[in-house]
Amino acid sequence: MSDINKDIAPPVIEIGVLGWLRKNLFSTWYNTVLTLIGLYFIYLIIPPLLSWILFDATFSGTTREDCTSDGACWVFIKQNIKLIIYGLYPSDELWRINIAYFLLAVSIIYLLIPNLKFKGLVGIFLLVIFPIICVFLFSGGLGLENVETRLWGGLFLTLVIAGVGIVLSLPIGIMLALGRRSKLPVVSLLSTIFIEIWRGVPLITVLFMASNMFPLFMPEGVNFDKLIRALIGVMFFSAAYLAEVVRGGLQAMPKGQYEASQAAGLTYWKMMALIILPQSLKIVIPAIIGSFIALFKDTTLVLIIGLFDFLGIIQFVGTNPDWLGFSHEGYVFAAAIFWIFCFGMSRYSQRLEKKLDTGN
Amino acid sequence: MTSETMIEMSSVHKWFGELHVLNDINLKVIKGEKIVICGPSGSGKSTLIRCINRLEEHQRGEIVVEGTELTNDNRSVEKIRGEVGMVFQQFNLFPHLSILDNCSLAPIWVRKLPKVEAREKAMKYLKRVQIDDQAHKYPAQLSGGQQQRAAIARALCMEPRIMLFDEPTSALDPEMIKEVLDVMVGLAEGGMTMLVVTHEMGFAKEVADKIIFMDEGQIVESKNPTDFFSNPESERTKTFLSQIL
Repeated sequence: MSDINKDIAPPVIEIGVLGWLRKNLFSTWYNTVLTLIGLYFIYLIIPPLLSWILFDATFSGTTREDCTSDGACWVFIKQNIKLIIYGLYPSDELWRINIAYFLLAVSIIYLLIPNLKFKGLVGIFLLVIFPIICVFLFSGGLGLENVETRLWGGLFLTLVIAGVGIVLSLPIGIMLALGRRSKLPVVSLLSTIFIEIWRGVPLITVLFMASNMFPLFMPEGVNFDKLIRALIGVMFFSAAYLAEVVRGGLQAMPKGQYEASQAAGLTYWKMMALIILPQSLKIVIPAIIGSFIALFKDTTLVLIIGLFDFLGIIQFVGTNPDWLGFSHEGYVFAAAIFWIFCFGMSRYSQRLEKKLDTGN
Repeated sequence: MTSETMIEMSSVHKWFGELHVLNDINLKVIKGEKIVICGPSGSGKSTLIRCINRLEEHQRGEIVVEGTELTNDNRSVEKIRGEVGMVFQQFNLFPHLSILDNCSLAPIWVRKLPKVEAREKAMKYLKRVQIDDQAHKYPAQLSGGQQQRAAIARALCMEPRIMLFDEPTSALDPEMIKEVLDVMVGLAEGGMTMLVVTHEMGFAKEVADKIIFMDEGQIVESKNPTDFFSNPESERTKTFLSQIL
């Protein structure tokens, strides 16, 4: 009997593509209707979009006169690519940014390849040494010519703001979260006030204050660079959000973990660094990366204080009389690049979660 | 055998809000002594041993552990925690670390042992509790009994002079209780000073030098096992024994 039963295959209708379609898209009459309506909308949107982006688009040429077809004029992006990537950074000095792009790309690729040795060292390089190198590379010093930050722009500026925000706001956020949960009333109160003030203010206001109000409070002659003021604003703004995310993770820790660490004789900082934070940060990886993605996109707001980030510079080149009327191409391009970065972060977050999973 | 005093609690009181959880506790533990503490839930037995390594703070009275008085001074607390190992009901292993790292963490970061030496020591104690073959697994991959034995090994790696057990078998499935108790019996035979909060009366009979019965924050009865089971004085002890035996 059992031999016979073993040979019976599952019903054909339940498996394979047909089975899946039937089960998920055509299971009832109203699901069938919804599926057909959905297909109709896809038919309406996708083919024209593809022909605009790809099939009817113009890729070669140098001026707007070359764009004669109905599709997108990618010549616009191609001709302005230097501005879009580097801003107004002096042409002779672009190699400095290229070195940084190169180091960044190499380190990230290294970190993404599984099972390589010295990943910790590369990580430390990326988070500590690389930023220091960048400060000198970008702004000058040590024999390099000074480049004022008002010339910084484009994708380069976006990455600087997002990079500084991400790298500095996490440690500050962690300290604020620990501070808010501290048993010392003063520390806890100050952390709470700090967090709530920064969280209660829109980023645009923060940037505006940093740019226009802050100098009013400073004694005459004291003048911070506008970019630095914006960076500090972005950093604290993001840190306040991260602090609450991290605090959520800390609260998810069972009391037993604290007790076991204390019973083993670990001091507060060792307990936090070795036991509590590794676990609670792991829990909130998706939320932390979510914050980073939001931060990355919010960097576009620096436009309102006169910094030309990636999106800002695309808008700016769109106002060039030679290229009027090509803003669609610009925005689609900007959206695509932003999406690539954000999707990359999102995938990395998932990989990290899988890698750090120890089954608890 | 010298009767070196390891722990001395005199007139210790503690309140949780209005609740008087420890009421005039006087207890002296000498080196190598094994004390089993039992009593109904809420009687303060866990709180009592948790006061010894300052997971709970006592509010009145004096606790001296190996000549060091427990005060708010962090140094005295850290010193005592280094000498006192603890095993919890819920194991409380660190789930993000392998069993080996669980065991070598405190020796490395508190005792400042070199990594290699700490790992050797960890393997030695893991072997002693017979889970050295699980050293590279994570806690979640082990059974409850194995986790609790790993937790015991973790405490032993600090080479403590006193071991506290807070209901070490209460969270275990029945068939795993024995493997943990066997380890504890072995430890007792090795001469370790132990304070054990447990309901395992078989273990108490076999190992304890003294059984303490607590109720409503007080030590009601304190006797050697034979006397404790054969002629308990207080009514409360009799009732308790009739319920659990």
